[in-house]
Amino acid sequence: MKFRGSGKHVGGKIELMMTPMIDVVFQLLTFFIMTFKIVAPEGDFFVKMPLSAPSAGVPSDLQLPPIKVRMTAGPGGELAGLYLSERRLANFNELREQIRALVGDSGGPGSAGDAEVELDCDYDLRYEYVIRAITAVSGYVSPDGQIVRLIEKIKFAPPRSEGI
Amino acid sequence: MPRRAARHIPEAEAEMTPMIDMTFQLIAFFMILINFSEGDQNQLIRLPASELAKPPDTAPAWPITLQMTSKGTVFYGVDELTLENVQPVLEIEKELIRRRGGDFRNTTIIIRADRFAKTGRVQELIRICQSTGFEKFTLRAKQESP
Repeated sequence: MKFRGSGKHVGGKIELMMTPMIDVVFQLLTFFIMTFKIVAPEGDFFVKMPLSAPSAGVPSDLQLPPIKVRMTAGPGGELAGLYLSERRLANFNELREQIRALVGDSGGPGSAGDAEVELDCDYDLRYEYVIRAITAVSGYVSPDGQIVRLIEKIKFAPPRSEGI
Repeated sequence: MPRRAARHIPEAEAEMTPMIDMTFQLIAFFMILINFSEGDQNQLIRLPASELAKPPDTAPAWPITLQMTSKGTVFYGVDELTLENVQPVLEIEKELIRRRGGDFRNTTIIIRADRFAKTGRVQELIRICQSTGFEKFTLRAKQESP
């Protein structure tokens, strides 16, 4: 059987047109270099904010009252005071240590899984202090690089009026 | 005068293969790292840092990202809104989610607030979202090395 076209170009060198391909490749490369942007990884903290206020009445025995963290603002929204259940703390590291002492690192009844933190902040307080407080109560990074979780149930107290 | 016989000079050929290999590797590198979610990451927002902020394992089902500037205005996409104008936009989003067969109660509101924003403004934003019917919130922070 004879194939059509057989025998043509026998031994002839097929030349690939490299120039357009390299052009396109360099245009792609330029596009990616121009649009490249280094973005720091971001993470989320879950905040429990149910729609309705908790119903009035006798609370369940199993329901622990929230641990109250109060933050007051100074001039320019700087942190003026940090309180854990009305006890003044020096900094966020102390807050973390107090939370660790309260709920412990291990699981079990009365552990971090059951506890809840309520953040009560001044209106003018800088938001970065809220995240620092949430970080302090949420956990810490152990020396071996593992994240140890403490309290993950976090909610806000009703907002205070502006200027307070 | 006797002329010197012309020497045969071989044709110089550029070795293209390594260059093309390297170029394709560079393209692959940039393609993998390209970030298409720029609309959700306004560069005006300087996020607070946290050593515990890790990217979530799974993306939320119906996320709505609200970005609060240090002035207290809110970016929804590219639109800059005052707090008073956030609720109508959320109502539209709620209706869109409903029409697409979703449940707006499963929507997670992602709040990307500037670290210099007032906490009270952030709480007001949360309250507006609550009054629209949204209940799930996450506060976004950038990852900080411990």
